[in-house]
Amino acid sequence: MEFFRIKRDIPFMRHALIFNVISIITFVIAVISLSTRGLNLGVDFTGGTVMEVAYSQPADLQKIRGTMEKLGFAEASVQNFGTARDVLIRLPVKQGVTSAKLSETVMQELRKDDKTVEARRVEFVGPQVGKELFEAGALALLFVSIGIVGYLALRFEWKFGVAAIIANLHDVVIILGFFSIFQWEFSLSVLAAVLAILGYSVNESVVVFDRVRENFRKMRKASVPQIIDNAITRTMSRTIITHGSTQLMVSSMLIFGGETLHYFALALTIGILFGIYSSVLVASPIVMWLGVSREDLVKPEKKAAAETV
Amino acid sequence: MNRYPLWKNILIAVSLVLGLVYTLPNFYGEAPAVQVSPLKHGLKADAALMGRVEDALKKGNLAPNGVFLDQTSVKARFRDTDAQIKAKDLLQPQLGEDYVVALNLLSNSPHWLTAIGALPMYLGLDLRGGVHFLLQVDMKSALAKKIDSITGDVRGLLRDKRIQYSGVTRDGQGIVVRFRDRDMRDKGLAEIEKNMPDLELKTQDEAGEYRISGTLKLEAQSQTRKFSLEQNITTLRNRVNELGVAEPIIQQQGMDRVVVQLPGVQDTAKAKDILGRTATLEVRMVEAHAGDASAKNYDPQKIEQAIGGQVPFGTELFYVQRDGGKEPLLLSKQIVITGDRLTDASPGFDGQDGRPIVSVTLDGQGARVFQQVTREAVKRRMAILLIDRGKPDVLTAPVIQSELGARFQISGFKSTEETKDLSLLLRAGALAAPMDIIEERTVGPSLGAENIRIGFHSTWYGFAAITVFMAVYYLMFGVFSVVALAANVLFLVALLSMLQATLTLPGMAGIALTIGMAIDANVLINERIREELRNGNTPQAAIHAGYDRAWGTILDSNITTLIAGLALFMFGSGPVKGFAVVLCLGILTSIYSAVMVSRGLANLYYGSRRKLDSVSIGQVWKPGAEAKEKA
Repeated sequence: MEFFRIKRDIPFMRHALIFNVISIITFVIAVISLSTRGLNLGVDFTGGTVMEVAYSQPADLQKIRGTMEKLGFAEASVQNFGTARDVLIRLPVKQGVTSAKLSETVMQELRKDDKTVEARRVEFVGPQVGKELFEAGALALLFVSIGIVGYLALRFEWKFGVAAIIANLHDVVIILGFFSIFQWEFSLSVLAAVLAILGYSVNESVVVFDRVRENFRKMRKASVPQIIDNAITRTMSRTIITHGSTQLMVSSMLIFGGETLHYFALALTIGILFGIYSSVLVASPIVMWLGVSREDLVKPEKKAAAETV
Repeated sequence: MNRYPLWKNILIAVSLVLGLVYTLPNFYGEAPAVQVSPLKHGLKADAALMGRVEDALKKGNLAPNGVFLDQTSVKARFRDTDAQIKAKDLLQPQLGEDYVVALNLLSNSPHWLTAIGALPMYLGLDLRGGVHFLLQVDMKSALAKKIDSITGDVRGLLRDKRIQYSGVTRDGQGIVVRFRDRDMRDKGLAEIEKNMPDLELKTQDEAGEYRISGTLKLEAQSQTRKFSLEQNITTLRNRVNELGVAEPIIQQQGMDRVVVQLPGVQDTAKAKDILGRTATLEVRMVEAHAGDASAKNYDPQKIEQAIGGQVPFGTELFYVQRDGGKEPLLLSKQIVITGDRLTDASPGFDGQDGRPIVSVTLDGQGARVFQQVTREAVKRRMAILLIDRGKPDVLTAPVIQSELGARFQISGFKSTEETKDLSLLLRAGALAAPMDIIEERTVGPSLGAENIRIGFHSTWYGFAAITVFMAVYYLMFGVFSVVALAANVLFLVALLSMLQATLTLPGMAGIALTIGMAIDANVLINERIREELRNGNTPQAAIHAGYDRAWGTILDSNITTLIAGLALFMFGSGPVKGFAVVLCLGILTSIYSAVMVSRGLANLYYGSRRKLDSVSIGQVWKPGAEAKEKA
């Protein structure tokens, strides 16, 4: 079986502008949403309390909301998740109530209404911890970006490093944009997924760049766009199969992963889809526009030898 | 050309066998167990304790399927949780309060596996259930406490040296001493400078009032912080021991935080209560004893009467652990000093006979009281009590050999271990500074089990889907790839088991993700081989070139992911760190398995054939061939 039967190199570079315009539009939408709606930050970053409670029969959400109001949490969010018996309660940080005693009080009140209620998970994060986790996340993002640019600059050339990181940071912004537009909860594990995707989708750029370098050596008469077109076309089947396989795994997480892994897998899915697109169709034109040339990659001795031929 | 030298084949075989052996314990699962560990210093987990546990279980008609002794505890393994809980209920009253009987899980794997250090993966709290607390130590009040005690010391010092002062007060994080005349002030300054090396002093004169203001020097401040944190951790450790938690984790995090993880604990209310409790230390005089006849107040008759119920007014009957037995003591109700006066306690050796001792340091006020009392009580015995949860417990009751001052020694120990424990206990009597819970994560046991199921299912179904696809698309080479992928999972699980890295749910997601990403290397190789074939190379040359050329790309693309993994490890916390560990290890194992193992397989299968006409890698489509057909 072979999916990809491509006879000629596809002239990707001729349409480079279109790809980039699409990219820029998505990017701008993401940025607008991020700046107006912001992210629905999870309790990890904002501080507060999340409780997952389970009842033996379908839970009465109205009653639970009433209990929360009685406790002074008018802004508490009470939702079902998974089944009708599982309830997720989110309580914001309350001035003065810094101790973790809160969850105890809530459980006591809930038990008054229904003895079968069981606390399955409690997470309490103090406001200062939330702030620190946010800062650590930002630092990690910075570290990964610098690390990747540095590595690619060392292994290829600075133009490749810059192109790859532009393409992939734009992925990150787009993932964040999705989380902002749909107001999905952005938690620590989503951040982990975003960083993993950053490292992973750079792979794609690397594979293409590797081919570009090889082509510069082999196809001595070809122009730069031709070389890039050829590199993308020839790695395309590998790209799609690889990402398809990774997506199989991620889909499995999305289907069987339950509440905890849901947004993690979702972030990975968006990341994989946009990762293919951007690291191939955005990164390569940027390299081209940055003015990559044969001399940047092929060692001077070889070049000299080529000229004598 | 496609043959591996013998050493490479052996390397692959050995690594596979090792991987298999270290993965094995995870298949045996875990069985419910009861863990008995000594709570008090001086008690050890030894063969005698093991015997007691075995006897008690036999009498209770409970047959454990294994009793094990390790350095800190005796563990008995059972078939089901029913027997486990029965055993706990049976053992706790029989062993008394000196031992903690905790529920635990024990690996079911055969002895030879445990003997070579092959243990199942260490499950994080989100998979086994339990509580995670992050506590913040209130350093401000630790410093305030230190200043308070210095204020008292300065007052005492000036009084001792007969220097007249009009007031000593604490002012925020500093201390202010006021004098009526300059002369006294200068004298005071000289004395304080000499005796209080921790203070940074300044003089200040105002309308008829002469002042010295002092603040803690920076190094003294950081010393106080460090000390408070250490003391709080020790205190927490002692308290957690009483909770009966099998494998608690109590660690420093950053400059002023403590992480407490209690696997299996469900009653968070009780856990919080115990963690926040305060314990204190007391020193009291012995009014009567029946131990050493050479010490004062030797009065066996009085003791016997007291045991019979006639306790004299103003005294209390206590028992102290001694030489395996219990010694009754009559203690005065009057308290000489409390633990608040203690500034340090450390284990050491006697300068004369080299026997282990504990040296204790008191603050100024404590030292003065102590000096006065002990001067009049040479050859009497004094008792050191630990008051925990309102329950006093005599730690030791030594004979006072001479007048004691700010520093004194407690002797009469058999081992350095005992002295180490006691100095810990002395320091740990109370929290040095209050603590707040700033983060709490509790996972119930049912959710833990469900998380394991979730993680396992997502990995397994994803793997199955990839297997089917690879085998259909790449045929034989797809099978090689899948075998290499399975080897990758094997190596990864074996490494995680060996390192005993904490496996969390995000960690399991990491395993799944690593599998999804590891296939990339094999796809790269397989596509390269197809391409070489398309270009008209012979099958053997195509296999060779495919593996060789793909290598550089595989390396490059994995290193970028590794950078992301390292960043997550450095900046991540808790579950995210677990994910990062798996991601980093997974990348390393996948490079090895994709390149070495799959190539080893291809070499074994194809490498030895001299004449190879075709390779089973799926149909290789050639643009030229189709053009010919059409024509």
